[in-house]
Amino acid sequence: MLADKDRIFTNLYGLDDWGLDGARRRGNWDGTAEIMAKGADWIVNEIKNSGLRGRGGAGFPAGVKWSFMPKEPKDGRPNYLVINADEGEPGTCKDREIMRFDPHTLVEGALLASFAMNAHACYIYIRGEFYREGENLQAAIDQAYEAGLIGKNACGSGFDFDLYLHRGAGAYICGEETALLESLEGRKGQPRLKPPFPAGAGLYGCPTTVNNVETIAAAPTILRRGATWFTGFGRPNNSGTKLFCISGHVNEPCTVEESMSIPLRELIDKHAGGVRGGWDNLLAVIPGGSSVPLVPKSICDSVLMDFDALKEVKSGLGTAAVIVMDKSTDIVRAIARLSKFYMHESCGQCTPCREGTGWMWRVMERFVAGNARREEIDMLLEVTTEVEGHTICALGDAAAWPIQGLIRHFRGEIEDRIKRRQGVAA
Amino acid sequence: MSAAIQPETFAFTPENSAAVEAIVRKYPPGRQRSAVIPLLDLAQRQNGGWLPRAAVRHVAEMLDMAEIRAWEVATFYTMFNLEPHGRACVEVCTTTPCWLRGSDAVVAALEDELGIRLGGTTADGAVGLREVECLGACVHAPMLQIGDDYYEDLSPEDARAIARDLLAGRAPKPGSRIGRPGAAPASGPKVLMEKKA
Repeated sequence: MLADKDRIFTNLYGLDDWGLDGARRRGNWDGTAEIMAKGADWIVNEIKNSGLRGRGGAGFPAGVKWSFMPKEPKDGRPNYLVINADEGEPGTCKDREIMRFDPHTLVEGALLASFAMNAHACYIYIRGEFYREGENLQAAIDQAYEAGLIGKNACGSGFDFDLYLHRGAGAYICGEETALLESLEGRKGQPRLKPPFPAGAGLYGCPTTVNNVETIAAAPTILRRGATWFTGFGRPNNSGTKLFCISGHVNEPCTVEESMSIPLRELIDKHAGGVRGGWDNLLAVIPGGSSVPLVPKSICDSVLMDFDALKEVKSGLGTAAVIVMDKSTDIVRAIARLSKFYMHESCGQCTPCREGTGWMWRVMERFVAGNARREEIDMLLEVTTEVEGHTICALGDAAAWPIQGLIRHFRGEIEDRIKRRQGVAA
Repeated sequence: MSAAIQPETFAFTPENSAAVEAIVRKYPPGRQRSAVIPLLDLAQRQNGGWLPRAAVRHVAEMLDMAEIRAWEVATFYTMFNLEPHGRACVEVCTTTPCWLRGSDAVVAALEDELGIRLGGTTADGAVGLREVECLGACVHAPMLQIGDDYYEDLSPEDARAIARDLLAGRAPKPGSRIGRPGAAPASGPKVLMEKKA
């Protein structure tokens, strides 16, 4: 188990004061000015060397992303950092814990990341439903201003930095970075065509980096303790510690920070009290938030929780939100409910997604009841591939993958239902 | 949308007008349109939880944007209510992580106790009941939201107690119903156990 001394989020459960005094006692804001004195290039390189990959789901190397930003403003366009706090991928509830109980990790990270990218302003886009979390985060921002940690001459560094909290109003799609930027500019959250990428033309047409809360909040500790400390956890290319949210059919659902590459079984057994009814009662796990394909127990027995290991078994680490399903689960219905979610959240811009998500959900609902023909399984599978990769953003993919995972591993279950229903009808 | 309930005009209170200025200042000059969601939210709060057409028009004028653009925003985001929906609205998450842990039974308990179905409002207009998609508190499943607060780790009995509180005009106690700290395991944290100074 990861030792407490190696945790980034030391107030994850809110046992201590989340305000500035508590944060300082726990080591946040320690030597921030000294880190800035090492320079922007040093910070970007250190994050590159740490191997920190984006914690919002896609896993893109954070330091590389930061290096895409122009070092000096061009034609009067300032650089922006935008922090994605629109957490809403089913299963995922980690950024919420950071914002309500460890908000200064995020505020300090916002300063250091913005300094590294020469951004003098940063917006945090928080989902509207997280009202109380936003209250704590705003209070932390206010405390940091008052203490001179951010604002003019932040931490006495000579660098001016403003940090703003912006609340959304209920739209999963705004977690997609360009939809988020549209929303932040005061429009419907409909994703933009890329290119141009945000690093070239993002918020207000200016160079912008969008990062997840956990990515930014992890940065100060990495910079304080060094890249080699961070690479000491997890396998190569999958380094560091990570917040895992373990929900569903476990004895004790929880969120916990652990080493990357921890075996899935160890994660569930040590932290979440094991699978309800014991490990042998496990049916399947969605290991990285609702959009990644499920993996059956046979894979769960040995799979490691990191980007590469889960990709090898045709799933993904995603947001590291582990949704556990025991043998009592109606697995077809569990996935059909996700299809309904994606239908509800499709922004309606691209035809394959707008029409496809509804079409897939309706077929899935018939599969739940077994009210279908066997050949429709392959037809649904084919439709998922027609949606996947044919839309502006990845919501279409996210709607397709859970169904593909279901058919890959539980085709027999769907066929049995169809047979049973036909037997009843005959 | 019922036309009868739509007020002719809307104006922010003096207190909220000051808040409007502070919100608009967050964005660069000429980018005031960024304030449309926060201002619609402020208007909805002032108006008792729903957003009349006149308020959308007013916000659009304040931000120098076409009314249709503000209306697009008001209709796109699920947290804007375009008609009254109960002074207290119970929003129950039924997405897979909550469903796995019994959101069906929570919904059934609420429907039974309130005497309405999902999507309905009690006859006196006091309490509404709605199904919502994932609220991002999955390790606290099943859960629901009322106003700005989350109610977590619910049993059907907890849901009934919440419904009874609302019907009696009492404010239910927010947070986890099993009283655990944050998202720690129910039996207590297994990590971060060191005594704090």
